[in-house]
Amino acid sequence: MAEPDDSGGRGMSRMATIAAHTALILLSLVFLVPLLWLITSSLKTDAQILRFPPEWIPSPVTLKNYPGGLTFIPFWRQLGNTLLISSLTVLGTLLSCSLVAYGLARVRWRGRNALFGILLGTMMLPFQVTMVPVFVMFARIGWVDTFWPLIVPHFLGSAFYIFLMRQFFLTIPLELTEAARIDGCSEWDIYRRIVLPLSKPVLATVGLFAFMASWNDYLGPLIYLADESRYTLSLGLASFSSQYGSYPGMLMAVTVVITVPIIVIFFFAQRTFIQGITLTGIKG
Amino acid sequence: MRPRPASANERRQLWAGLAFCSPVLVGLVAFTAYPILASLYYSFTRYSVMKPPVWIGTANYAHLAHDELFWKSLANTAYYAVIAVPVGIVVALALALLLNLKVRGQALYRTFFFVPSIVPLVASSVLWIWLFNPQNGAINALLRPLMGSLGLGEPPGWFADPVWSKPAIILWSLWGVGGSMVIFLAALQDVPRELHEAAQVDGARSWHRLRHITLPFISPQILFVAIMGLIGAFQFFTPAYVMTQGTGGPVDSTLFYSLYLFNVAFADFKMGYACALAWILFLLILACTALLFRSSARLVYYAGEGR
Repeated sequence: MAEPDDSGGRGMSRMATIAAHTALILLSLVFLVPLLWLITSSLKTDAQILRFPPEWIPSPVTLKNYPGGLTFIPFWRQLGNTLLISSLTVLGTLLSCSLVAYGLARVRWRGRNALFGILLGTMMLPFQVTMVPVFVMFARIGWVDTFWPLIVPHFLGSAFYIFLMRQFFLTIPLELTEAARIDGCSEWDIYRRIVLPLSKPVLATVGLFAFMASWNDYLGPLIYLADESRYTLSLGLASFSSQYGSYPGMLMAVTVVITVPIIVIFFFAQRTFIQGITLTGIKG
Repeated sequence: MRPRPASANERRQLWAGLAFCSPVLVGLVAFTAYPILASLYYSFTRYSVMKPPVWIGTANYAHLAHDELFWKSLANTAYYAVIAVPVGIVVALALALLLNLKVRGQALYRTFFFVPSIVPLVASSVLWIWLFNPQNGAINALLRPLMGSLGLGEPPGWFADPVWSKPAIILWSLWGVGGSMVIFLAALQDVPRELHEAAQVDGARSWHRLRHITLPFISPQILFVAIMGLIGAFQFFTPAYVMTQGTGGPVDSTLFYSLYLFNVAFADFKMGYACALAWILFLLILACTALLFRSSARLVYYAGEGR
């Protein structure tokens, strides 16, 4: 931390500092050991994984689970499916939610407060209530076992992200948009040229959350995707786990490969992550 | 107020507002309003998707009373909610308090505690099946010598034992408290330092400062995390499905409410009954949330509320 360590240090004796560090280090180990076990297991042969007592540090180290696991399941195909679905999800979410949030925050029209209230109300509704009729609807138009049910709804707004963006748009000074309006800019121009460029932080937060949610989604693909060639990574990994549990090495290798991109993104976007989570907590 | 004729400008604003909001207007109709009505209707029918729904009145709701799996799943969910949510809050709060001591390397420790919470759900479920493996899993490998030396016998069978499967899932859930921890940590950093200093001068012990200054100040965040946790518990699905391959086993001990609902809908294709279950779920969530709000009203302090 960059912040000077005045009050924390003053209040705590040397003993207390040592105790705090000891506790933090032990707890860190508890939280990290599962991930370390995941990585070391992916570097072992199946016989090494099943050995008792377990080898905490694999010897010898083998890398063959990675090419093995990634060809055992149609990994690249599933990665492509997942990336296609999640990138379109992010695009749809950013586009639709920013438009709606602008309409709710910066355009003055009768009914906008009512609409906002209804949107907040829908956040209370559990997914399970609408799950069956939405499935039936998609089944009727022949979209089951396609990506459409996983993508199209995101182009029609999502209450929580609209809420986050609206709150952000409200903080943009009115003078900025009023001046543009007097100069004859249309609402669309103001949205495109003034509000969106000023809203990068909230767009980044929402985009990140939408991406994570889509990358991690299991229930959606489980309901809608049937053919293995259309599986996402989550679905592929779960089915690999249930069908081929006797290949733990490859299973762990695939699990590592699915987890690593998220952790890498986290390290590059740590601030956005933490801010996003705090934002949701404080505004709740 | 008497409606007055709209000026040209107001009309223009109205159309602009509707245009900007059109995505969500379509979305609300297609993915909320219509499905709510349809779901309510289906809940009074027998419906398998293949054939049109048949009206059966309140039979689905009446059947709930005799449905053993419904009660079982409700009991499992209550078990999970009553233990995992409060324990999760205590753990997240303890971690946040430790981090808030501002020892060196705070950011690093925070990262260590947070990272497990962003591991994709399916990946973390697959990983923990193996950690909990009774014979070869890492957890029992650590427990076995420990319990052996204390004369406690064999470590638990976890997912092989209906008594230990839910505790296993609760332990798994504690691994992901990083999100709540971050919320608490941000709230802790907003607690006015002067209050602590004044209390320290008055000789208040750290326990009393925690109890009478820190906790009241962050009580809105605690309530928020509790409510989200409760809603999450009712909707708990993916890990239970992945860890038990959809069975909710052993002996239905991890058949949580939403898992049962999913199986009724998409394994048995009893769509009408699934909708009835969904409406009961909604009512339960509403009732529990209201109860939590009510019972916490006296305990939650909002800064600037003037009391």
